[in-house]
Amino acid sequence: METYSFLRHMADSWFLLAMTLGFLGLCVWAFRPGSRKAHEDVANSIFRNDDRPADATPAQTRKEA
Amino acid sequence: MWDYLKLAGLGVLAVLAAIAANYAHDLAYQVNAITVMLAAGISFLFVLRTAGDPKTVNQAEYFDSVIRAGAIATSFWGVVGMLVGVVIASQLAFPQLNFEFLQGYGNFGRLRPLHTSAVIFAFGGNALIMSSFYIVQRTSAARLFGGSLGWFVFWGWQLVIVLAATGYVLGATQGKEYAEPVWYVDILITVVWVAFLIVFMGTLFKRKEPHIYVANWFLLAMIVTVAMLHLVNNAAIPVSIFSSQQVQVYSGVQDAMVQWWYGHNAVGFFLTAGFLGMMYYFVPKQAERPIYSYKLSIIHFWALIFLYIWAGPHHLHYTALPDWASTLGMVFSIMLWMPSWGGMINGLMTLSGAWDKLRTDPIIRMMVVSIGFYGMSTFEGPMMSIRAVNSLSHYTDWTIGHVHSGALGWNGMITFGVLYYLVPRLWNREGLYSLKLVSWHFWLATIGIVLYASSMWVTGIMEGLMWREVDANGFLVNAFADTVAAKFPMYVVRALGGGLFLTGALIMCYNLWMTVRAQPARASQHSAVPAE
Amino acid sequence: MAFLDKHKAIETHATLLMVLSLLVVAIGGIVQIVPLFYLQNTIEEVEGVRPYTPLELAGRQIYIREGCYGCHSQMIRPLRDEAERYGHYSLAAESMYDHPFQWGSKRTGPDLARVGGRYSDEWHQDHFENARSVVPESVMPPYGFLYNAVIDGKYIQDLVETNRMVGVPYSDEMVSASLADFKAQADPLGDSAGLEERYGEAAFGTPVNVRNFDGQDALTEMDALIAYIQVLGTMVDFSTYTPVANR
Repeated sequence: METYSFLRHMADSWFLLAMTLGFLGLCVWAFRPGSRKAHEDVANSIFRNDDRPADATPAQTRKEA
Repeated sequence: MWDYLKLAGLGVLAVLAAIAANYAHDLAYQVNAITVMLAAGISFLFVLRTAGDPKTVNQAEYFDSVIRAGAIATSFWGVVGMLVGVVIASQLAFPQLNFEFLQGYGNFGRLRPLHTSAVIFAFGGNALIMSSFYIVQRTSAARLFGGSLGWFVFWGWQLVIVLAATGYVLGATQGKEYAEPVWYVDILITVVWVAFLIVFMGTLFKRKEPHIYVANWFLLAMIVTVAMLHLVNNAAIPVSIFSSQQVQVYSGVQDAMVQWWYGHNAVGFFLTAGFLGMMYYFVPKQAERPIYSYKLSIIHFWALIFLYIWAGPHHLHYTALPDWASTLGMVFSIMLWMPSWGGMINGLMTLSGAWDKLRTDPIIRMMVVSIGFYGMSTFEGPMMSIRAVNSLSHYTDWTIGHVHSGALGWNGMITFGVLYYLVPRLWNREGLYSLKLVSWHFWLATIGIVLYASSMWVTGIMEGLMWREVDANGFLVNAFADTVAAKFPMYVVRALGGGLFLTGALIMCYNLWMTVRAQPARASQHSAVPAE
Repeated sequence: MAFLDKHKAIETHATLLMVLSLLVVAIGGIVQIVPLFYLQNTIEEVEGVRPYTPLELAGRQIYIREGCYGCHSQMIRPLRDEAERYGHYSLAAESMYDHPFQWGSKRTGPDLARVGGRYSDEWHQDHFENARSVVPESVMPPYGFLYNAVIDGKYIQDLVETNRMVGVPYSDEMVSASLADFKAQADPLGDSAGLEERYGEAAFGTPVNVRNFDGQDALTEMDALIAYIQVLGTMVDFSTYTPVANR
């Protein structure tokens, strides 16, 4: 029962606090200043390179034995 | 040199499998061993015929042949899994369909794991492997890593499916829901899965784009987490190396906790995180506009993977599992509602400004409805995880209805959408054969799901209430058998709903087949891609 | 605000992303699973729960093989109607030798946690052969083929030994006598004194069921399955059970 009470106490206090802070940190992280441009770029990355890999010329082949 | 090593390895494997078949303790093991022997033999012949051929890999092209095979396998296993589903749904309505002459091989108890594994791991698994290979190449702007390792993943997975499926029918099972494959199939799954991780990570390593697109995060988390779940939940000791029987390392309450930690996260990661990866790529592509909020997708990702893993114990309310564990499961399940709906909003709002596409494009309609069903079942799930609701819903058909609104509505519909998106592109065709048939598929599937889910709500809530009904003197009103009899009409409706859904899938297969067969090739901007 | 730029590292670094995801998904499982192996109050202290006899164990393997857990639970919840219908709620101790657990998740058929001794062997024989002959509303599949599946117990010792390997307290004697005990339990005319001594009243408080479970001469899978069904829920001695509040 000792272990149980101790763990229960930790869960209800410090662990809860850590999770809340973790979540807030994540939000700050995502909405950090200056991220907009990077995010717009990556969100649009799916519209590039649809048909073939980047900077590859069709002639470029490699031997794989 | 490498070819000769492969030949030696396959030869040894075939001989070992033949020995194993000879000493087998049970029929399932024997049949499985013979299957492995044949698979090794066929691979041996294939490697032999191509040994020494110079292998040129065109790094300027995507590795799409394995994805084409994946599209075929996804459609095929989808139809098989749904067909078995209709069969077992009919068996519950008409038990005479458990034919006596099949000597147990066709009984509900053996076909049920066949159905669940076929739709989750064969249909869903092939859809995930196919989509991951497509997405990771396009978003990395690089050819798939590992050369023919991609083919190993594909064929290895098909072998897993065949071994597991024949095993179930012949009586080889581990006896844990959604983890029924026996020990040697589990080992093969591990090998294939590690190869999958290597191919995926290798492609990310050689990517030309600076960032890793968010769809890949979900797919990567899916691969890693499923590996962890699989290894922990399937810890077992074989009774003999010539037997399909094993004994689990855990027992009773601990095994229950491990099982539902696995079971719920097979849903959470295999069927949710992985399919969210598909959503984050294919919905923006089909809508031709970027995801609504990339920032939201970051929060969605971390919150979802952190919270989901805790939700397992809500399957064990009021059981012998200690209360602290099931309370944790309940609290985290309710919190999970938020990231789930965050993701749903992100997917739906991607269409903002392009809602007219819903009218003109049946594929986007399919994707949007799938996100709608995702939202519905991720609301229903947290609700059912509340102890008081669960005391009614647990052990009833309500759970089955909930699972199917997710599986048919979310996983099924998004996979259909993805197949409709992929097939014309993979085979280099000028659009689909018929959009009208896509509409037919859409409506059959949607009506099928509605029939399925509503009939299961009715039977689930009805039987839950009937079980607990007591009269004024405190005696139970209904015998268990009364509740079984009362469910009959709704069981017929459910089988009908499943039948409609299956019919839709068959129409899709025809449509995709005709797309490949009869559609003109796409007027391509470059001639390097072969039309197959 | 340099730490804010770290996010870019994750977005661009595949290995970091993989390791971080693994860490994040590992937490929940560790917190929920690991304590169950260490907290003393996880499994109640009661008397009477014993390892399955070899024949019951073989029956349990058939129960698993036929996928019975898909339609039958073995977990009675502490709710009024369930206590009324099925009996005392299930304890964790009752399934502590179940590798794997068979609590189930669905009741297309009734709960079986305490079905042992509730019906006669003859009732089970009829019911397994054709459930609708005794329960007209039943949707259960037929299991008559189990009558024809003769079993010889060739590998039963392997099974018992493997169970011991994962922690079921089978003694050396129990393991070495596996085959004898396996046959003795379904043979009322034979010598079952050893079986009774190892698993019975003296050792665990309840006599072992020794009967010809399937009513025919040959030892079949039907014997094993009915032997298993008839022992379910009959082991625990509730007079030694005190509920713990904080659990």
